[in-house]
Amino acid sequence: MSTLALRPLANTLYRNNNLFLFLLLTPPLLWFGVAYLGSLFALLWQSFYTFDSFSMSVSPEFTLENYRSLFDATNLDIILRTLGMAISVTLACAAIAFPIAYYMTRYATPRERGCFYVGVMLPMWASYIVKAYAWTVILSQQGILYWFINHLGLTNGLNQVLQLPIIGGNTLATSNLGRFIVFTYLWLPFMILPIQAALERVPSNLLQASSDLGARPGQTFRKILFPLVFPGVIAGSIFTFSLTLGDYIIPQLIGPSGLYIGNMVYTMQGSVGNMPLAAAFTVVPIVLIAIYLKMAKRAGAFDAL
Amino acid sequence: MTSPSIKKLLIALSAAAVCTAHAAPPTAIGKSEGKLDVIAWPGYLENGSSDKKYDWVTNFEKDSGCKVNVKTAATSDEMVSLMNKGGYDLVTASGDASLRLVAGKKVQEINTALVPSWKNVDSRLQNAPWHTVGGKHFGVPYQWGPNVLMYNTSTFKTAPTTWGVVFEPQNLPDGKPNKGRIQAYDGPIYIADAALYLMKKDPSLGIKDPYELNEKQYAAVLKLLRQQKTLAHRYWHDVTVQMTDFKKEGVVASGTWPYQVNTLKGEKQPIASTIPTEGATGWADTTMMATKAAHPNCAYKWLEHSLSAGTQSGVAEWFGSNPAVPEACKAKAPGGSDFCSDNGFAKFTEIKFWRTPEAKCSLKEGCVPYSRWTSDYIAIMGGR
Repeated sequence: MSTLALRPLANTLYRNNNLFLFLLLTPPLLWFGVAYLGSLFALLWQSFYTFDSFSMSVSPEFTLENYRSLFDATNLDIILRTLGMAISVTLACAAIAFPIAYYMTRYATPRERGCFYVGVMLPMWASYIVKAYAWTVILSQQGILYWFINHLGLTNGLNQVLQLPIIGGNTLATSNLGRFIVFTYLWLPFMILPIQAALERVPSNLLQASSDLGARPGQTFRKILFPLVFPGVIAGSIFTFSLTLGDYIIPQLIGPSGLYIGNMVYTMQGSVGNMPLAAAFTVVPIVLIAIYLKMAKRAGAFDAL
Repeated sequence: MTSPSIKKLLIALSAAAVCTAHAAPPTAIGKSEGKLDVIAWPGYLENGSSDKKYDWVTNFEKDSGCKVNVKTAATSDEMVSLMNKGGYDLVTASGDASLRLVAGKKVQEINTALVPSWKNVDSRLQNAPWHTVGGKHFGVPYQWGPNVLMYNTSTFKTAPTTWGVVFEPQNLPDGKPNKGRIQAYDGPIYIADAALYLMKKDPSLGIKDPYELNEKQYAAVLKLLRQQKTLAHRYWHDVTVQMTDFKKEGVVASGTWPYQVNTLKGEKQPIASTIPTEGATGWADTTMMATKAAHPNCAYKWLEHSLSAGTQSGVAEWFGSNPAVPEACKAKAPGGSDFCSDNGFAKFTEIKFWRTPEAKCSLKEGCVPYSRWTSDYIAIMGGR
């Protein structure tokens, strides 16, 4: 019955290919256009509004003041602080992820590889909040890390490290070093998986050929392996870089005081109602990521895609 | 006058009439709508699901026929943004949010004649400036509490008598300096705590109210906070992390809420709290009703119920706060504790309650508004 009734409709759609395509594409395009780009442009639009700090109200008068104030010393601090952490976390993740991914691809038996996959993904199944809070306990002065360092007799070494400017602090839990450790731990899987995928696509005979032709292992790595895997590293780094850039929970829980971009956006839109400045701050990571992608493209990261 | 402008005038007049009709509070409570949506602090509206003994919602639902639906919020800012979104009838707003809600026209005037227990509300709270604007009441007081000085009893054999222990570099009673062993709160409203300390310490500044600071007073307060930055272990944001810091990070003194003190005491930690001679800042929460509340009759019924001795004593014991109805101190709470003395009920007069600092204030030269408090406090936490 119902199939018969639908027959004319089906026929129309079959004959009218464009209409069918139109119907099929409209919902996702609407979603993309309205929910994605629409909200983004609404945000950009707001960043040009005027905030009157006296009455604490927003008026729709066009101004560039919000963007100018991004370069005030305090605000620039926030941007550089976040950017510095994002870069160091990305570098550390790449340095740790590469050997792990290489071992997984080249040496692990299929069974071991399965274990590695689960091992890498397992932390991602637990809630991010739970892991963040767990680290506040791990890093505390009577936590397991301090206990370990004490038993290894490295307490003096740790204290000296903590006295260094920038990375140091009162204790591990309130230092940039502690925050760096937590960020690196959290985002590492996002780096391992793309690198591993890239490594898998490198034919092993290329490496053999390289060594047959007399290249030392270091040379093979620099000239053959790394350029071929580079897109994977870049893919992973986009995750680690942008996730650190946008995070606002870890900076609240671990590490020294001083806001990150995410916290600043949250404070400005929440407690002050300064939506324009919050919007201007939101543009910062967008611009930074755009610059980053541009640089990655120039470095040839997308040539192999 | 041409006819279009007359038309415009008429539209404006009728619009004004509609607006005033909406703005006036109801004069009678009608039939229950069967439902009530409330935004509250966690622990403020308990229906027995956290602990069977603590339940002041179920009997209300039974008596009024209003099914209560609670949405908890973690910060004042979250409350304001939820109220801006709409769809709720009531909110338990703190003083740093309530005036923002009134100014944003998100909450409506309450007809206190429809809340018979209004007469039992602490007279000191009835006309409090954080919910009374132009003589109109925009809410019903619910609970209040102080921001106490929490300290480690093995470091301090006797309670510290001044907030100076967290503001000025000094050796603590155990002979070691306080550097790295004290904490400050990571909200701009903490500027008021520093102002309160300076109010006593440096009378020449002439600070009358920690929420009303002129430029000179404000500069002095910021100087003190920059000094504190060099001493602070961290700016606490999260209650759980702060409790970990007192247990495991060697932090021995900080401003905090009774909640953390009670919890740590419950864990048998060497922790106590005090209100130093300078007094303390504190919070006072008000149940406010949304301008566009869909269930006003149920809302009024809850406002009445929220002031009953059973509700007030239950919340006070469960949350670690003080009742807005003094009579409730005599009521027996489910846990049987003397919650009013535990939570500092007698200290009311020593407390300067949170409210949003505004440019227009009682000083004729004007005051530094909250937006500057925010940007400057961010700078201080960032080491500038």
